Amino acid sequence: MSDSGQKGDILLDIKGLKIQGFSDEKWHDIVNGVDLTLRRGEVMGLIGESGAGKSTLGLAAMGYTQPGCKITAGEIIFDGVDLAKLSDAEKRKFWGNRMTYVAQSAAASFNPAHRLIAQTTASTIRAGLKDRSEAYSDARILYDALNLPDPEHIGDRYPHQVSGGQLQRVMTAMAMSPRPNLIVFDEPTTALDVTTQVEVLSSMRKIVEEFNTAAIYITHDLAVVAQMSDFIKVLRYGYEVEEAPTRQMLSTPKESYTKSLWSVRALEKKEQEIGQSILSLKGIDAAYGVSKVLFDVDIEVPKGSTVAVVGESGSGKSTTARVITGLLPQTAGSVHFDGTELPPALADRSKDQKRRIQMIYQMADTAMNPRQTVRDIIGRPLEFYLDLRGKAKNDRILELLEMIELDGRFLERLPSELSGGQKQRICIARALAANPDFVICDEVTSALDQIVQEGILKLLLRLQKELGLTYLFITHDISTVKAISDQVVVMNEGKVVEQGQKTEVFQPPHPGYTELLLSSVPEMDPDWLTNLNAKCADLKG
Amino acid sequence: MHAVFRTVLERLGLGLATLFIVSIIIFSAIEMLPGDFGEAVLGQAATKETVAAFRRELGLDEPAYMRYAQWIGNVVQGDLGTSFSGRNASGIDRSRPVVDLIAPRLWNTLFLASMTAIIAVPIALALGITSALYRNSIYDRTVNTATLTTISFPEFFVAYILILLLASLWPVFPSLANVDAATPLAERMFKAALPAMTLTLVIVAHMMRMTRAAIINLLASPYIQMARLSGASQTEVIIKHALPNAWAPIATVITFNLAYLVVGVVVVEVVFVYPGVGQLMVDAVTSRDIPVVQGCALIFAMTYILLNLTADIIGIITNPRLLHPK
Repeated sequence: MSDSGQKGDILLDIKGLKIQGFSDEKWHDIVNGVDLTLRRGEVMGLIGESGAGKSTLGLAAMGYTQPGCKITAGEIIFDGVDLAKLSDAEKRKFWGNRMTYVAQSAAASFNPAHRLIAQTTASTIRAGLKDRSEAYSDARILYDALNLPDPEHIGDRYPHQVSGGQLQRVMTAMAMSPRPNLIVFDEPTTALDVTTQVEVLSSMRKIVEEFNTAAIYITHDLAVVAQMSDFIKVLRYGYEVEEAPTRQMLSTPKESYTKSLWSVRALEKKEQEIGQSILSLKGIDAAYGVSKVLFDVDIEVPKGSTVAVVGESGSGKSTTARVITGLLPQTAGSVHFDGTELPPALADRSKDQKRRIQMIYQMADTAMNPRQTVRDIIGRPLEFYLDLRGKAKNDRILELLEMIELDGRFLERLPSELSGGQKQRICIARALAANPDFVICDEVTSALDQIVQEGILKLLLRLQKELGLTYLFITHDISTVKAISDQVVVMNEGKVVEQGQKTEVFQPPHPGYTELLLSSVPEMDPDWLTNLNAKCADLKG
Repeated sequence: MHAVFRTVLERLGLGLATLFIVSIIIFSAIEMLPGDFGEAVLGQAATKETVAAFRRELGLDEPAYMRYAQWIGNVVQGDLGTSFSGRNASGIDRSRPVVDLIAPRLWNTLFLASMTAIIAVPIALALGITSALYRNSIYDRTVNTATLTTISFPEFFVAYILILLLASLWPVFPSLANVDAATPLAERMFKAALPAMTLTLVIVAHMMRMTRAAIINLLASPYIQMARLSGASQTEVIIKHALPNAWAPIATVITFNLAYLVVGVVVVEVVFVYPGVGQLMVDAVTSRDIPVVQGCALIFAMTYILLNLTADIIGIITNPRLLHPK
């Protein structure tokens, strides 16, 4: 460490910070006069929805603004120096030396052209803190401390040669290499699977404690922030909503906005009785080219219910959806829908068979043609499947918009003129336009903020009740499963691990993988990670 | 390393296959040219018998596939055939092998192309990198405008302007580039200076803009922001973090322009009376000298294929995903 401050001294003091960003040919306020005080060795959680200004504030804590943004007022005093007044060349002496950054997507944030260890140590060597061989051996020690496999040699690899979770830990090692006073973690585990997330969180917390580093931890996941931080600051529209020590914030939030953030996780659907199956998959195998991805998958979906398919990325959830829709014909097994067997390939299915099964996608952005208006997007299935034209079509579009709690004002808008939640609602309306019996929802809420998620989930539940829809709900998020499902299918490596009523699946004892998956989901209890690690240590010991 | 070697061999094989297909296309295209070589050489006055005898002598009376087989068989052995010109009705045969006709011309063309490349490529790279570095500055705009201006004028116009300035008003370089095999290297370079400058002005813009665009495109990547946040200066960001990932598109556009230097410079050759392959081919087309046309076309095709192959290989070896598989 390049200075000798004591734990508890003020390290970072931001006063009245205002930041503006340039878009649509105007300057907008992103951060509106926020104060922030961080002491040495403290971890602050910064939470809020997208657009709350939390990433901008996190970067500003390092004196950095993204291209197209500018600091218009306020001070950023880091260890006695106002970063807002320094030139880029002067700030560079702090960056990668006394303050470092851990980005959301490790895969995109490593330069594909250089070896990991060279990237891990670059800033330490540049700052002259250590020479090359010292920095390299220190990096190997950090890799070991972060539980990376083969710490001696993993640094010789290129970014594409290691997994996402490993990369995220290498990035933490990179942030730690110069032994900074401050690390800014910007949603570092959002892109990871839950089981990987637990490991990464544990290693991050361990290393921050070990070297007594102050950190700002930015996330929208409350349970994660509960594990990592000493105190939490809630942001909204660039303003501070409230700030309090973690335990107090979790148990007794003051502001209604904070309370609403907390309550989202409480949504839970009352389980339905099992009815007759509308869809059944029997012995499905499927492959992309030569690599087989589904192995003997059996799934029963009772009519009028929601079956949640959970699993990590690569478990075969989305492939199952592709088989059901006919986009990927299975290599073995059969799909029965409402009593008849569906032809494997989409081209062999009748128009009515196609109409009855509709799909909603994760990325509403890319699932809509950016050049079509809402009217065209919803109107197209009405014409195609139901042969509606003119006034009949128009009336039906308005009816559908009402169903998804929007109205006629949206008819002529393009997808780019809608918010994330509105986009997903239009996608839902498009699926409903075909009057389907069965809707596949592929991670439809995972790209959305928690409050928006809640709105979409409530909408889906209401539509199910009103229209008697059956959902196959693909997700990796356990709280979403609790909110919407009647039945749960757990998948791992292309196989169904467990299947049953929600209460049964969530009730211990679980088969091995379900146990791992469920125990990895962070809970709002600040002691959860500590307890989990202790439990694992007991098992190993 | 083994995988990369195999890919290169594969590409070479594909290149050969392409060349073979191109040879068929060249042959058929010439076959479809209207008019008859015999009549063109012997004139309207020649009798039918004379023309027929002449065609028989050249083997033109045989079916096309037989002639193709014979031609390609010889080409594989390095023999491009014998030029049709030099023969005439009186029966005196002063015709020369195509290889002898093309070889000195090709050498001249390659000399001019290399000389231009040695000047143009470093200039283009330097301008591209610096204009990316000082993006949207006055420097950047000046460089962009200047290179765009030079590429916007026709080649002959640039050539004549250079002649006017550097050969006529301020006589630094000769306006004629009439070199031959005996010309010593220094004089060769001196004589080829104006053609090389003309070509440089023509090709720099394309390469420079592509370099700039490839780098700027990468500047929006998260790993560039990461590099900035770890304290790297703008120069380090561009040279160490953006450039290594930009070689593939840059190499593609450079080789594309080098190919142009070999196969597309006939206008410049004519202006400076430079004895290159382009002029030879145009002359051969006019006089229906089929073996020479075929030979030139085949060499041009080979140049394109080889240079594209080079770009591919550069793309592979600068991509760690391909160089270091999982």
